[in-house]
Amino acid sequence: MPITVQIPTALRRHTEGVGSVTCAASNLGELFSVLDEKFPQLKPHLRDDQGEVRRFLNIYVNEEDIRFLGGAGYAFQEGDEVLLVPSIAGGAS
Amino acid sequence: MSHYELRCRECGRTWGNQPRSICDDCFSPLEVAYDYDAVRASVRLGATDQGSFSRESIAQRPPNMWRYAELLPLPQGFQPRLPVGFTPLLQAPRLAERLTGTTAGAANLYLKNDAVCLPTLSFKDRVVAVALSQAKAFGFDTVSCSSTGNLANAVAAHAAREGLKAWVFIPSDLEPAKILGTNVFGAKVVRIAGNYDQVNRLCSQIADEHHWGFVNVNLRPYYAEGSKTVGFEIAEQLGWRLPDNVVCPMAGGSLIVKIKKAFDELIKLGLVEAKEVKFFGAQATGCSPISTAVKTGSSEIEPQKPSTIARSLAIGNPADGHYAIKTIKGSGGWSEDVSDPEVIDSIRLLAETEGVFTETAGGVTVGCAGKLYRQDRILPEETTVLCITGNGLKTTDVLAGVYETEAAIAPKLVEFERYLQRTLEPAEVPEVVAAGVGA
Repeated sequence: MPITVQIPTALRRHTEGVGSVTCAASNLGELFSVLDEKFPQLKPHLRDDQGEVRRFLNIYVNEEDIRFLGGAGYAFQEGDEVLLVPSIAGGAS
Repeated sequence: MSHYELRCRECGRTWGNQPRSICDDCFSPLEVAYDYDAVRASVRLGATDQGSFSRESIAQRPPNMWRYAELLPLPQGFQPRLPVGFTPLLQAPRLAERLTGTTAGAANLYLKNDAVCLPTLSFKDRVVAVALSQAKAFGFDTVSCSSTGNLANAVAAHAAREGLKAWVFIPSDLEPAKILGTNVFGAKVVRIAGNYDQVNRLCSQIADEHHWGFVNVNLRPYYAEGSKTVGFEIAEQLGWRLPDNVVCPMAGGSLIVKIKKAFDELIKLGLVEAKEVKFFGAQATGCSPISTAVKTGSSEIEPQKPSTIARSLAIGNPADGHYAIKTIKGSGGWSEDVSDPEVIDSIRLLAETEGVFTETAGGVTVGCAGKLYRQDRILPEETTVLCITGNGLKTTDVLAGVYETEAAIAPKLVEFERYLQRTLEPAEVPEVVAAGVGA
């Protein structure tokens, strides 16, 4: 299932500057596995120690937040464009 | 050498000062950290010493937010060109009576009225003022933002004042007054067919590609610090003491967090006595990801698709939601939300009782405050501040149809007397008219 993943600038130093990846994955878990293999340094920036998607990373599929599509359970469609976008918080508590 | 720098709030790595909002190491947000020892030393100086940051010396400074410059991330040599902030803190006895059902707490309720913040009549002038000081220092010639309206107005106005170009991205369904109030300053307004969260996501991508100063993306750590001035002013205007409760509207969730930071800083510097202030968040039910999380005991945000007339609060995936939840829960506060009809009723209630015309966000705050009083989460005898963050003249469309346009009457005294008899209850008709004088 070929899909395209757009990598934001902030993460490209872990992808040797690569900003876009086309790969085969049927869901988010598989996509992460593909990215882990291709860019081992990227892994800790996408998921925390428990394997959950990092709090300040938003994932969109064709401009829709993946959480509205079923999150990790969403089945990618051929040609889906996946965006990894950092959440911009002001920070402090 | 600045007395502040960017620091990752999760892993602690420092980043100096640069247009950046994310830690490359852990992808978490950056915030501004200060050299409090240096600020503390200036607090200890006598009132007449140059460089003193004591209560007395602050009181001698001009009445605007720049009087707290020592606790703001401003570039060296910065000279403000607009007197932003220092808005009124108003006692609200008649509103208190209506919200609490008693006169006992009439002296204890206050409004922090940023509906009259200059130059664009919302608290966003504060954050933009700080962000643009840095935008100029970093050499940007173009500033930008994603906005639900008030920020658009503020960026456009401040950019005009500073001679910068402004590109503003907004959801296409924004209130006409907020669009016009951006156009008029000569900003380029880009309407996006989507909600704020989609606009915001797009702006993150644009900021990745274009060398612009996005106030709420790459300048966000500096921008967000401007919100602290609401807290500094509340404390100073209460006579250098902290309130028991603050009720604050929440969109992205940053303001409530930064007011807490402001109070903490004042305590740290000895400018106010330490006190546990409770923070209460207010949202519209049609977009209530933060209040839902607080009510359900969750520490994480479940994003929502906004559907509310309170468009300035219509952020379904609030970036600072996690921190807002922590602030509220950690303080012993709570969060509430109100329906759109309650928002309108609350706008009218505030206007009729205190003469303050607020936009929908203010209606949300007042409506939620009423609920919190009824739930006994806030007590009448406690000092409570409601943050009124925007002006009602920007959202008049929500009141369309609330007031009838009456037929005009002839410019004759007799016509007016008849009008009185026709429109007033018999007991309300002035005696002179009831007796038939002029009939």
